[in-house]
Amino acid sequence: MRQINFGKAINEAYIEAMKFDKNVIAYGLGIDDPKGIFGTTLGLKELFGEDRVFDMPTSENAMTGVGIGVSLNGFRPVMCHQRIDFFLLAMDQLINNAAKWHFMFGGESSVPITIRLIIGRGWGQGPQHSQALQSLFAHIPGLKVVMPFSPYDAKGLLISAIEDDNPVIFIEHRWLHNISGHVPDERYKIPIGKSRIVKEGGDITIVASSYMTLESIRASEILKEHGIDAEIIDLRTIKPLDEDTILSSVKKTGRLAAVDGAYRSFGVAAEILALASEKSFSTLKCAPKRITFADVLTPTSWALANYYYPRAIDIASAVKVMFNIHGLSDEDTGLCPNTPLDIPDKSFTGPF
Amino acid sequence: MNNFIKKNPDISLELFRRMKKIRLTEEKIAERYCEGKMRCPTHLCIGQEAIAAAVGFLLRKNDFVLSTHRSHGHYLAKGGDLKKMLAEIYGKVSGCSKGNGGSMHLIDKSAGFMGSTSIVGGTIPVAVGLGLSIKLHKSDQISCVFFGDGAVEEGVFYESVNFAVLKKLPVLFICENNLYSVYSHLKVRQPQGRKIYKMVEAMGCPAIHGDGNNAVEVYEKVKSVIGPAREGKNPFFFEFKTYRWREHCGPNYDNDIGYRTEEEFIFWKKKDPIPFLEKKLLKEDVISKEGITVIEQEISKEIEEAFEFAEKSLFPQQNEVFKYLYDECAQ
Repeated sequence: MRQINFGKAINEAYIEAMKFDKNVIAYGLGIDDPKGIFGTTLGLKELFGEDRVFDMPTSENAMTGVGIGVSLNGFRPVMCHQRIDFFLLAMDQLINNAAKWHFMFGGESSVPITIRLIIGRGWGQGPQHSQALQSLFAHIPGLKVVMPFSPYDAKGLLISAIEDDNPVIFIEHRWLHNISGHVPDERYKIPIGKSRIVKEGGDITIVASSYMTLESIRASEILKEHGIDAEIIDLRTIKPLDEDTILSSVKKTGRLAAVDGAYRSFGVAAEILALASEKSFSTLKCAPKRITFADVLTPTSWALANYYYPRAIDIASAVKVMFNIHGLSDEDTGLCPNTPLDIPDKSFTGPF
Repeated sequence: MNNFIKKNPDISLELFRRMKKIRLTEEKIAERYCEGKMRCPTHLCIGQEAIAAAVGFLLRKNDFVLSTHRSHGHYLAKGGDLKKMLAEIYGKVSGCSKGNGGSMHLIDKSAGFMGSTSIVGGTIPVAVGLGLSIKLHKSDQISCVFFGDGAVEEGVFYESVNFAVLKKLPVLFICENNLYSVYSHLKVRQPQGRKIYKMVEAMGCPAIHGDGNNAVEVYEKVKSVIGPAREGKNPFFFEFKTYRWREHCGPNYDNDIGYRTEEEFIFWKKKDPIPFLEKKLLKEDVISKEGITVIEQEISKEIEEAFEFAEKSLFPQQNEVFKYLYDECAQ
């Protein structure tokens, strides 16, 4: 089977979407520079020309409004930002306009705009280059929020996002860009709003997304050594949330851990716990758990950052407690993979 | 100006008619607002009608217009449906935004009125995006956005003008400088002696200024750039001085609350754009006093019918609040 990495899958999604519909246009700061948004947009301008693929002024807010305007007259813009943090300058146009345009004009117009935002961690990114703000966007009615983990889903979901008639926030974790997996050659779509069970299991439901799905899969291997068979749901879409898949899994396993690579309070993990508490309380065998960043900003020093990000071992430890397993730590027993904490793995050499 | 009226009696009369329609509609809204049936923030443009009337008349039906919270005049002058506007203010399902918008969120795409929103400066980049769409479609339309003097204090204004100049987009930026952002006078918001149009000119955008209470002047100045704008030569910026008669939001006068003086109001009221043009129309024999009465009666009848339509229309059903959260037609 054909294997490509996540970043290349994003590139292919652009190409397929732009070949399929001549009204798809792509822009972002640095979209056609030599680095091409971590390689995800390389070659697009050569393929589709400078009318459809163009660099932009450092004007995140206006360029979001420009995307809205161009979308009101038949185009499907895909805007990208190399850091989610930069896009905070555009909250006015996103929240006041894009999210509300269809609603506040009684369905007269739609805003089919896709906004790619890249998140990451490690290598001293610090407080303003490391935020994962999916819950901020998911809080706003009218927006869709997509956060793929696998290269296969990245391609299919980006194509769906571009073809969707609503504003879609498409969040990519930088550490996934180099991860490879099976990706079909052709154009295909993964539906927005549907999660995927990446590993079936009967003892606990672990709900994760994006890079934390990978950490959860690693955690499930640790848990297996303790006789715990975890079911892992990769959300793929944060909003609209696939409630049915989560609830039927919780009903089956009776336990729930929600993993979110973001600030803790009022976050995606909290929403999933609320969902299970409200709609499946009687099936829970023990209190559900959140595994997230602490409610504190990201430090820059790698000495401090080492303690900041939850890893597989932290997910496994939190879950073990739910089964009353204490005692020897997994580091002691050699079950914890010895991965560096500020890079995804030893093969990763940037760009950051 | 008298020369213009002599040479263009039909245009002059149409400018008068459009101003009159806006004025009479808003006066009726003000008169009936206390009935408590128009339950949304309503910003009247009485006193400022000339700019809307002239620009709305100059643009083609398929040109785009975007506007602000104070948009009744822009909507009507561009040909927006009066019945649907009033039904919207009444919160009825027959309103132009099905009751989801109200006075501050008007739309009539069939007239090229693409939407008005209530965040200062919020539609400026959207108009620029529509300008980009025109350029990409290689059509000869124009995208026009109205905003006030407060909007040029927003960062998004500069970002938008910059992009429009960079890409040579067919955009008309129309700044209605009425001296106030809510109750804050220009002098506490911008340095003394600043000329807004000069500042914009320095950004590479040709900028023209004029008397916003003189419909003929607005018409002639905007008309002079319509050709180059359609050809995609560059965007154009206009600053027209004008004055809001009533309170920032609502049907009343508020000269007594202390942020502006009665003298200032009277000074501007004497510059009322409607009698100003009316006198000249009479002088040049473009129309008689009786003719003006007929126009007023026609407009009043139309307004009366529109109010009746709004009153008789149904309110949206409870479940309709979920109907337009997402557009799922194509899914």
